Amino acid sequence: MYFTRKSMSEASEVIFKEQRQLRKEKLLANPALIIGAIGFLVILVVAILVPLFSSVDPNAMSVTERFKAPCAKYIFGTDEYGRDIFIRLMYGARVSIWVGGCVAAFSCILGTIIGVYASYFKILDQILMRICDGLIAIPGILLAIALIAALGTSNWNVVLALTIVYTPSVARTVRASAMVIKEQPYVEAAKVQGFSNFKILWKLILPGVISPLTVQASFIFAQAIISEASLSFLGAGIPAPAASWGNMLQDSKLVFSKAPWTMICPGIAVVVCVLSLNLLGDGLRDFLDPRVKGGAKK
Amino acid sequence: MLRYIGKRLLSLIPVMLVVSVVAFLVVYMIPGGPATAILGMEATPDQISALNAQLGFDRPFFVQYLDWFGNVLHGDWGNSYFLQQSVLSAIGEYFGPTLSLAILAQIFALILSVPLGILAAYKRGTAIDVTAVSISLLGSALPGFLLSMFLMLAFSVYHHWFPVAGYAALSAGLGEHLRYLFIPALSLGIVQAAYLTRMTRSSLLDVLYRNYIHTARAKGLKEAKVVLVYGLKNAAPIILTAVGQSFGSLITGTIVTETLFNIPGLGMLTMSSINRRDVFVIQGVVLFVTMLYVLVNLVVDVLYGFVDPRLQPGRK
Repeated sequence: MYFTRKSMSEASEVIFKEQRQLRKEKLLANPALIIGAIGFLVILVVAILVPLFSSVDPNAMSVTERFKAPCAKYIFGTDEYGRDIFIRLMYGARVSIWVGGCVAAFSCILGTIIGVYASYFKILDQILMRICDGLIAIPGILLAIALIAALGTSNWNVVLALTIVYTPSVARTVRASAMVIKEQPYVEAAKVQGFSNFKILWKLILPGVISPLTVQASFIFAQAIISEASLSFLGAGIPAPAASWGNMLQDSKLVFSKAPWTMICPGIAVVVCVLSLNLLGDGLRDFLDPRVKGGAKK
Repeated sequence: MLRYIGKRLLSLIPVMLVVSVVAFLVVYMIPGGPATAILGMEATPDQISALNAQLGFDRPFFVQYLDWFGNVLHGDWGNSYFLQQSVLSAIGEYFGPTLSLAILAQIFALILSVPLGILAAYKRGTAIDVTAVSISLLGSALPGFLLSMFLMLAFSVYHHWFPVAGYAALSAGLGEHLRYLFIPALSLGIVQAAYLTRMTRSSLLDVLYRNYIHTARAKGLKEAKVVLVYGLKNAAPIILTAVGQSFGSLITGTIVTETLFNIPGLGMLTMSSINRRDVFVIQGVVLFVTMLYVLVNLVVDVLYGFVDPRLQPGRK
């Protein structure tokens, strides 16, 4: 039987269509992914757009408006300094997303470079993985606290400290996946054909580590948001008076028994944001795992 | 068994070396050297460089590191300029409350997570399972200190069941001690339980459909015995490892939560040291807590060897 070019393209069209259909079914069978993605997108949109639709300064204080309970004017009430909690909450989303996004991006880039090279060169592997083991052995927040204590508090130092905390685990994940791919026949074939190491690493091995990396990026994003909140809560995070969820929680530390809304609102914001990202991560893991079909493991 | 323990101990050497370098770097990296932190903002550059030289911080990196490392091995972890005592004695003084809190939290975590995890695995796919998984998902999104604030509001502020904050040493009586630690330990325990529940559930699910379980059922053993003895026994090593690995997050959770409840533990020590820029104490705490974490995991690994006979040498 002959395949003309036309019939070939028609055949592949059918296959593509079928794959698209399968992917759609798999997506719809995955409520975690959908809920997580929607939750995260809503927070993301608010964070990006808040300066456009609100002209209120999140740090504007008003002595007469202190500790106002939630009402029509201030739907989430005001804090100790009479600042509008709803406005601060939205600006806090900017800080959390910025910290989480930067940490996830930087630690994934660094971790990928380390992991890919470690998987490929034996001596490098020994050195890099021992360093990663050592860094993983130090409890995360404690390492971040120590780094910030040495470097001083600033937004970028928080990002730097948390990037150092999360990079080793990315490197480990990437290395583990890259080790499997390295043994695949097509990589062997490329080696025999004389491909350069650089080309093998970044053109052949890298695509295979993208899906575990994406999953981990969303978990690190979530973890970084929790860590930022914890660090700021301790006074070792984003410098006050910037509106971050952790700073808002720190401000409420001494007053939340008489003004519980100062704690409950940023608290729920942290939980919703982290929960969305965790759901997104869980959902992505199932979605990207080829063994999982239509939501359930085979 | 001894060889196994020896091997595990040897593998800790590179880890602890890296940890020591990181702990050293914490002090080394301070812009302007440790003297700027000790002398404060008002010091002149001359005073700073004089103190740096006096403390030996003007020497090359490796000389300083080796010198410091030798001291650490000899039990000299430096002095706190603010507390007027050695770092090790300060850590010893503040460690008790943290340990109490961590142990109590771990007990709460196990009491909550193991039964819930077993139930969820046994009733897989039912409403109980879905509820357990949802709760543990929620718990994993909840920082411990935040849950503490919620529980504090509910139990201490609205109902005066527990003291709002503070700490009673064990010498004040066990009852009083536990009364003060109850809320912080419960909140840390719940957060910890979120992770352990998932681990218990998944490790039990892994074994519940094995053939020996079918055999046990087929020979007419009671369900409770099948699940709790045959099932749990084989799932235990994974749960045990999870307990060890989550010890790090437990102890950092403790550090954050202590500051909320004014518990005079390592967390309070760390935080007041950050405010005073007392870097040697912070360095000491990092080193101490990491050693503790590594040791806990070593103990877990050794226990794992006892629980799982396949790991014991001479038996394959």
